[in-house]
Order: sequence, then structure tokens, then C-alpha cells
Amino acid sequence: MADVVSMPKLGFDMAEGKLVRWVKSEGEAIQKGEVLAEIETDKATVEVEALVGGVVRKHLISEDTSVPVGEPIAVIGTADESIDLDSLLAGSTAAAAGAPAEPGTEAPSIKTTTLAAEPKDEDTDGRLPEGVRASPLARRLAEENKLDLARVNGSGPQGRIVVRDVREALGAKSVGRPAAPSYAPRETRPSERIPLTRLRAAIGRRMSAAKQQVPHFYVTSEIDASPVMSMRAQLNASLPDDQKMSVNDFVVKAAALALHELPAINASLDGDAIVRHGEINVGVAVALDAGLMTMVVRQADLKPLLTLSQEIRTLAARARSGKVRPEDVEGSTFTVSNLGMFNVDHFIAIINPPEAAILAVGSVRETPVVRDGQIVPGKLMQVTLSADHRVTDGAEGARWLEIFRSFMEQPMRLVMDELAGG
Amino acid sequence: MAIITMREAISQALWEEMERDQRVFIIGEEVGLWGGTYAVTRGFYDHFGADRVRDTPIAEGAIVGAANGAAMAGLRPIAEMMTINFAFLAMDQIVNQAAKMHSMFGGQMTVPVVIRAVGGGGRQLGATHSHTPDVVFAHFPGLKVVAPGTPYDAKGLLKEAIRIDDPVLFIENATLYQAKGEVPPEDYTEPIGVSKIQRQGKDVTIVTYSKMLQLSLKAAEQLASEGIEAEIVDLRSLRPLDMEPVIQSFKKTNRAVIAEEGYRSYGIGAEVAARIYEAALDYVDAPIRRVAQKEVPLPYNRDLEQLALPQIQDVVDAVKGVLYG
Repeated sequence: MADVVSMPKLGFDMAEGKLVRWVKSEGEAIQKGEVLAEIETDKATVEVEALVGGVVRKHLISEDTSVPVGEPIAVIGTADESIDLDSLLAGSTAAAAGAPAEPGTEAPSIKTTTLAAEPKDEDTDGRLPEGVRASPLARRLAEENKLDLARVNGSGPQGRIVVRDVREALGAKSVGRPAAPSYAPRETRPSERIPLTRLRAAIGRRMSAAKQQVPHFYVTSEIDASPVMSMRAQLNASLPDDQKMSVNDFVVKAAALALHELPAINASLDGDAIVRHGEINVGVAVALDAGLMTMVVRQADLKPLLTLSQEIRTLAARARSGKVRPEDVEGSTFTVSNLGMFNVDHFIAIINPPEAAILAVGSVRETPVVRDGQIVPGKLMQVTLSADHRVTDGAEGARWLEIFRSFMEQPMRLVMDELAGG
Repeated sequence: MAIITMREAISQALWEEMERDQRVFIIGEEVGLWGGTYAVTRGFYDHFGADRVRDTPIAEGAIVGAANGAAMAGLRPIAEMMTINFAFLAMDQIVNQAAKMHSMFGGQMTVPVVIRAVGGGGRQLGATHSHTPDVVFAHFPGLKVVAPGTPYDAKGLLKEAIRIDDPVLFIENATLYQAKGEVPPEDYTEPIGVSKIQRQGKDVTIVTYSKMLQLSLKAAEQLASEGIEAEIVDLRSLRPLDMEPVIQSFKKTNRAVIAEEGYRSYGIGAEVAARIYEAALDYVDAPIRRVAQKEVPLPYNRDLEQLALPQIQDVVDAVKGVLYG
């Protein structure tokens, strides 16, 4: 029995998706879990994996086409079975309620032009197709160099990405050392107008909505990071270079465990109810050239610290290479945003809806602290929880921070479940 | 190397070929006693005589028809259309007879005729006498269509046209007759169906021919003063159309402007652009632009006429357009 593959819902607010590329062509064999196609949402380009194995019998939409979530996009079957496409699709679309009206039912419109009208060299009326606009040459060069065009600013007309933009982006990547400073007199740079990338625009939309609709409150706490730093140093001493753990790995694990103890924060507002999520999926904000992406570590509370660390490293690498999978960006219930590596004392973050809270983490700073009445050198880290006042209150936020602090200041507790065989 | 005009180069080619081959003769309106409307055949009548420089009535179909017949019978006629606008009257003889004969009759005969036709606008001759209909003739297989842009190419290509066995429409742009260029004294021919790089550059490819070659060369100088190096590919013949140098150049520059004097719709630019997209899509970094004549019957009024015809500045603007300058 053949299976219909539908446009997956890859984001909380995703209504439609654009099929960027068929990875498997018609007639090609595909295994369960192999990548069938690449789909672009307003967050990222993601790979869609086959849920069943077989042969790709038919592509139902062509590349560069956008269809609503749930719309059939492909049929996977066995090599030789006979498929009645109509009845197969009838079965699958019947389930997708609220499907849009049949296309092609509109009467064709007739356009008239004056005799002497000449076509314009380029359409400049401002209505642009969805998706990345790039010249074929730029697309090819990006493809050859595995560069995600969604992260490139276009300098051509209406923001089209042309080859020089790709070369610049690639050049920026490969430049290892900044050029020697020059002390020539500075010239005033001309003003520039840089069109928004899709990612930038999506961040703008989501953050504006969050800041306007979610009543934020903020709770800040100072954490003694010495125990974490010392434990991390001990662990890293025995880890190979490509597996060394970051402070953020500890923060994510501590946050996940704190969420487990206080599920009120691992929640979302949904109409007239608060949903407390069963899974604790921690989003880790990853800074990219083109903007910020939140990669999701699923069930972070259940994962051993080392596994968690490796997973975060893999996710960040996928984000940077533009090869994001649907589950990488969807379903987070809480986010950690860490600017510790940038030498900041503290900052406050905007909640990433529909989550109820986000934790902003500053740098670990060496600073004098008072311990047992004595001033001693210490290592402090400031963290700020931003929380949705419709879901929780300041006292609860403070309680959560206390729990988080206790994990951070007694970091052996972060690996207790592993020691206990859990 | 002597610097001579296009008119002199064409005249030399005709003279030398008539000296070389007794079968070569000229037939057309006012080509003999008058010496040609554009003075290309001045002195020919006295030197070669009335048999080989034949004046005709004003009957273009008859001129080309007679030339076709003579060609089939073994002579090497050069039929002159006083202007290409009158070639419309000889359309059947050109595209339906000369161009078809060899293949329709199983190769029993060849039609080694050359039809010289003077075309182009810009001389205030009114809409009906100012056509640049080169593409119309280039549409039909069986006919070679040559349109040189320099004296050197005019002489070499015309000699080649006279010597080969295929019918050739040889289009001379009237505004180019005074254009000067180097022409070697010795006998030479240029192959038909081979495009030529007339200027090296790295930033943009300008594909052009005939009069627009000269304008494009001037545009390129202007662009060079602003740091833009245009490469200019001269098609030289519209059929056969040699795209290889165009594609090679485009793969280097990734941007192209096609400049022609004729109308834009269904024009040379459309054909060349389509072939570039077909052959080099992955090298395209900007939509190809076309420079062409405004789509109006060409006005008589001098200012309006110039406004309707493509100018140097149009080429400059189009180049900057594809470079987003």
C-alpha cells in the first residue's frame, strides 16, 4: 500500500511550506529516515525524512512551490505496485480539513497593453515571489560551497543575491585573521539599505509579537560559578578536543532539571488554559551571521550531560551549515540564551513564544566575593529569567531561579541521575 | 595597413572579385551608369562594361529572380537592392527561391548568388525606407545573412560570400559607409558564420553586429573610463549564428547586453538571450538586457528619429543596468 507524504508542519505558526529541492527523484529508492526533500519555512531550510521506505513513485509538487501544511507532496510505494493516485489522495486530503479551494477555478484574466509599450527590463512593481531571490550563478556557487542563501544579504535589485554576495559571504567565512589595522584617515561610509533576509524578517515578526503580546517580567540572580568551572575543568581534562564541554552545556542541563522540579515554568498559554508540557525541550539560541536560530534539545532533563553536550554541538553545526531538520527547530518549551562568550555582565532576553520563559546567561566573571566574612576571589555568573506574567508570577520565577542556582552551585547533582544509573 | 572606409572596402571586394573571376557580375538599379546610389560601384561600368554591370528597371523581384537564374546556370551574380526596404518586394525570390532551390531539388543545382542590400535608419528617409529588418531574413534556413560592422570584415566577408556556393544576403548599414578601419592590401577572406571578439573585457559581454558594433565600441570606451571593461562579441553573420564566442565570453562575465538596431520584439537580442539561457543558465548573474529600436514606425523628424534609434548612451545604460551600477 503506497503512502502519501504531506507537507509537514515544522513550526508553531507555519501555515505553508516551500519545497526547495527534491533530494530523491521519482523512481529513486528511499529508505526510512533518508532525506526526501528540502523544505523552506520562514525560519530555516529543513530536510524532510521519509517515514517509510520504498520507491519515490511520484512528486506531487514541483520544486520552488509553496503548499499549505498537510497538502500531499509525494507518494512512496513499492517499485511495481499499481497506484490509484486519485483514490489515494482523496483519502489523504479528506483528512486535511479546511484545505484551500481547488486552484484553477478562477476565470482567466485578460490583460491589454498599449501598442508601443515595451516590456520593462525587470519587474519592479514590488510584488516579489516568496523565497530566496538569487541569480542562477549565485545559487550554483552557494550549492557548490554548501552555503545557505537564506543567510546571505542580496545586493542586486530588490535584494536579489548575486554572485558577488555569495563570494563575499564565502570570503568572510574563509578569512582566518583580520587584516592589519590601517591608520589612514577614515572616510565616511555611504548609507546602505540592506534588505531583510528571511531569517531576519522572521525574527523581527516573532520578537515584535512577543514583546507586544507577552507581558514580560524579569528576575535576576547571581550564581557562584566556581563549582561548575572547576568540575568542567576536571571533565574537560579527560575529554578529546572535539568533545570538550562548554559552560552552556551545564546551564542547559541545570535549567532542564529545574524545569522538571518546577513544571509551572515549562508551560505555554493556550487560550483560557495553561499547558504544562510533559517533555522538557530546551531551545539553545545559536548566533549566526544572518541572525539567531533556536535549536532544540529534546528531553534535555533525561539526557546525560556528555550526550547533551554532543547534541548541542551537532545542532549548532547544523544551524551554521544551514542543514536544519524539522525537529531541530520545533517544539522547544524553554530557551537558554547565553552571551557568556561575549564578555557581558548580564542581559535580558525576549521570550520565544509559545514558551513561558527564557533564561539569559552572562559571562562568568572573576570578582571578589564575601565568604564566611572574608573577601575571597570568586567566579560569578549573572542570569536573568524573563517570564510570561500570564503564566507565572515573580515569586514562582524566583523559586525557579533558586532551584536552578542550587543545581549550578552543586554541579555534581547534574550527573546524579547518571550515577544512579538513570 | 591602409585605413579606408567601409564604402571603399566593399567597392574593393567587388572590384577584386570581378577581376579574379569572369563569372562575377553586378545587377541592380543605378549600379552602372550612375555608379550606385551609394557610389559603391562608381567606375565599374566604364571598367567592366555593360554586360557585367547591368542596370535594371525598378523591379526587385526581377533583379533577384534573374540573378538566381544566372547563378543556377553557373554565373556568380551580385544583385544589389538599392535599399533593403525594397527587398520586401523580392521576398519570394530571396527566401522562397534562392534559399530553397538547392535542398528542394535534391542538390541538383546550387544558387551562388549574393544579394547586397543597404539597410538601417537614421538618415531621415521616413518609416518605409528606414528598416533594419535583418532578423526577418535571418529567420529562414537556406540563406546566409551577413552584416559586417568594420571595413576589414566587410571586405573579407563579401569576398567569401561571392566565392561560396550558397545564397548570401549581404546587409550593409548605410550609416557605416563612412566608418574607417584598417584593411590589408593583400587578398583575404573571412569565414561566414564565425563570431569575433572585437574588444576584450571582463565585466560584461556586449553581443552586437553591424552599426551597433561601432556604437558599442564607443560605449565601451566610455565605460572603460569608469572602470567597466566590456567584452564585445561581433556576430558578423546572423545565419549561421555562431554562439560559441558569446557563450565563452558570458561564462567569464556572467552578464550580457545585446545591442541591435532592429526592433526588440522577436529580435536578435531575444534569440541570443534565449540561447545564452539555454547554454549557460548556471552562469547567469543578472537578467540579460536588450538594446534595440523603439517599437514605432521610425519617425521622419530628426530628433524623434534619433530618439527611436538605439544610441551609445542606451548601451552604456544597459551595461550599468546589468551591473547594477
